[in-house]
Amino acid sequence: MFRLDWPKLEALWMKVSLGTMATFLVTIGVMAFGMDVHTADGRQTIDPTRVDETPPFDRPGLYRIGPDAYRAVVVARVFTFNPDHLVLPAGARIEFVMTSADVIHGVSIPGTNVNLMLIPGQVTTYTTTFKRPGEYLLLCNEYCGIGHHLMMGRWTVVAEGGESAWSASSTAPAGQ
Amino acid sequence: MVRVEHGPGGSVIRTAGHVFPAEERRLFLAHFIVAHLAFFLGIIAGLLQGLSRTGFLVLPSTIGYYQLLTLHGVALAYVFTTFTIAGFLLLGTAKTTGGSFTPPERRFAWAGFVLMLAGTVLGVFAILSNRATVLYTFYPPMHAHPTFYFGILFVLFGSWLPGVSLFSAYRRWKNAHPGEPSPLFAYMAVATYIMWLIATLGVLVELVVQLIPWSLGWVPRIHVGAARTFFWFFGHPVVYFWLLPAYIYWYVNLPRMIGGEIFSHLLPRLTFLLFLLYSIPVGLHHQFGDPGIAPIWKFVQTTLTFFVVIPTLLTVFTVLATFEAAGRGLGATRPFAWIRKLPWQDARFLAPVAGMLFFIPGGAGGIINASYQLNTVVHNTLWLPGHFHLTLATTVVLTYFAITFWAVPALTGRAYTSGANRAGIAAVLLWSTGMLLMSTAMHVLGVLGEPRRTAFATYAGAAIVERWAPWRALLAGGAVLLFLGALVYLAAVAYLFLFAPRAEAIVDFPIGDVRKRAPPPPPILERWGLWVALAVALILIAYTGPFIELLTQTKNGAPPLRTW
Repeated sequence: MFRLDWPKLEALWMKVSLGTMATFLVTIGVMAFGMDVHTADGRQTIDPTRVDETPPFDRPGLYRIGPDAYRAVVVARVFTFNPDHLVLPAGARIEFVMTSADVIHGVSIPGTNVNLMLIPGQVTTYTTTFKRPGEYLLLCNEYCGIGHHLMMGRWTVVAEGGESAWSASSTAPAGQ
Repeated sequence: MVRVEHGPGGSVIRTAGHVFPAEERRLFLAHFIVAHLAFFLGIIAGLLQGLSRTGFLVLPSTIGYYQLLTLHGVALAYVFTTFTIAGFLLLGTAKTTGGSFTPPERRFAWAGFVLMLAGTVLGVFAILSNRATVLYTFYPPMHAHPTFYFGILFVLFGSWLPGVSLFSAYRRWKNAHPGEPSPLFAYMAVATYIMWLIATLGVLVELVVQLIPWSLGWVPRIHVGAARTFFWFFGHPVVYFWLLPAYIYWYVNLPRMIGGEIFSHLLPRLTFLLFLLYSIPVGLHHQFGDPGIAPIWKFVQTTLTFFVVIPTLLTVFTVLATFEAAGRGLGATRPFAWIRKLPWQDARFLAPVAGMLFFIPGGAGGIINASYQLNTVVHNTLWLPGHFHLTLATTVVLTYFAITFWAVPALTGRAYTSGANRAGIAAVLLWSTGMLLMSTAMHVLGVLGEPRRTAFATYAGAAIVERWAPWRALLAGGAVLLFLGALVYLAAVAYLFLFAPRAEAIVDFPIGDVRKRAPPPPPILERWGLWVALAVALILIAYTGPFIELLTQTKNGAPPLRTW
């Protein structure tokens, strides 16, 4: 007759369970602290009622901060992103510096790993690279009020080497 | 005299084993009545949301999408769940600790019921009058009318009071039976409630210290990052508050109706202790995208979240083993023949087992969400509601269906007729099919970048929106089936409450027996002081760092805003 040894099976099941979770955890840990793959960060704080007077948010836009590195300074407020359009070079390091001037907002760019929370009083930072040129939709993904579903931006990523093209149409002067 | 009968599909039904005193029946039934009124409100909102956010229905200008969404979340995630849980845990604890509560225990439970009902009325009033369109997470600095915050406060604080009745009944039983292991149901109810009391401290601090003084204008600004962190201190363990009563049904009630036994004193108790330890110090996995919290703390809580997967994996094994042992006890010999011996034709079995199947993708999705960097792909997308509509809205809710199908006949003295059972089966099938469609669509849409908590959006014709369209149709179709399933379920419940014929012998609420030869549990499992101390230690490890960071970083609070 078909018989099962429950205690033995249970011990095996527990080993498989613990082993699986441990494998996942080690993978995540190596990615985080070995390969430096993290989520949003930022320790700077800001008075949310004085965002427009506080650098760098007094002049939102795209700034060149190195040979192949740029900083995108963005302010979110109901129901817009400022700037709502940026032209970025593909392949460059883009450092986001963002905050909210009113309620909590979110920023996500479908098709990329950009997914950040903007919390009034705090500055969110995240660094990424857009590999593929094209039009990107930037949308608010945290409920922020009656017009939440209208809150969006459009970012254009242009091929590397097209520097003159992007700097001419960016909304702020490159260089800081 | 206890009679054993066979229900649909061969399920084991005992009758007249135990009859609750009339005043106790009123107490339990009152909880189930309010729960189902909230359920009705919530599913109407759910249907309208499902159709309007996908573009198939334009809401009249007097109803806002976000107002419906707030109502849906509050009515279902807070009111329906909490009343069902309180009713179920009170009922099972009364039954297993001597048959009834003492009058003071009953008064505590009634006080809790009244407070929760008052809170519900306040909260629903604030939402319906569009003064609190802040969703069920009510993140500041969106500023709801104070009645909304008081409503939530009363529901949550009110939910503490039946806990007093449970603890008292448990202690009373322990004192009367020195040296014996406590009844499993009562033990699990106590573990669930201890976890709940600690978890709700987070949101109660947020409400009492931050939100209410600020909403009344006594304090001009609020620390938003801290408020979020207090909320999620509560916001993740609340899912275990919903889930653990379902586990109680699987561990304690189900074995009885399949003619099986609970095969261990130790394992079910260990499972619940692990939930007590690991449910709470994991809330940061909802805040991976937040600034102001160092990566190391996010990783620490990722680790702790992975620990809380273990008691669920333990439960999977134990519950399936119980099913298999019961099927073999009924004469099945070939490897999978036991499956056919189970009472699939009984909705009170089919519903929770369908729920268990949905917990496979539900649990796997949960591990993805908790996986730190991977969370970036799904955070705040439709994937998330897709996930918790599997776990909460299917696994847990289908189990609550079964609990209600047992509780109402046991309390009203009416018969669980074959008609009610057929309606129950239809409800389970409609709900499961609807959820399969809706949740699959939500998961796919989430990976394609469609945000959650967002009204119908076209994003000025952005290319990605075209790829969402077919999945949105699937989502809406699923929502319609879910609504139909819910209506069939509610019709069956209303029938059992009001119209079903009086039973010749009252159905016994099934409480399984632990196998006679099972070794008694080690007494250390009932030393609650020790387990609470360990739970608190884990919370301090997980939360001290993040709170110090958040509270020392900024003095820049945010003033209240109404953006709807």
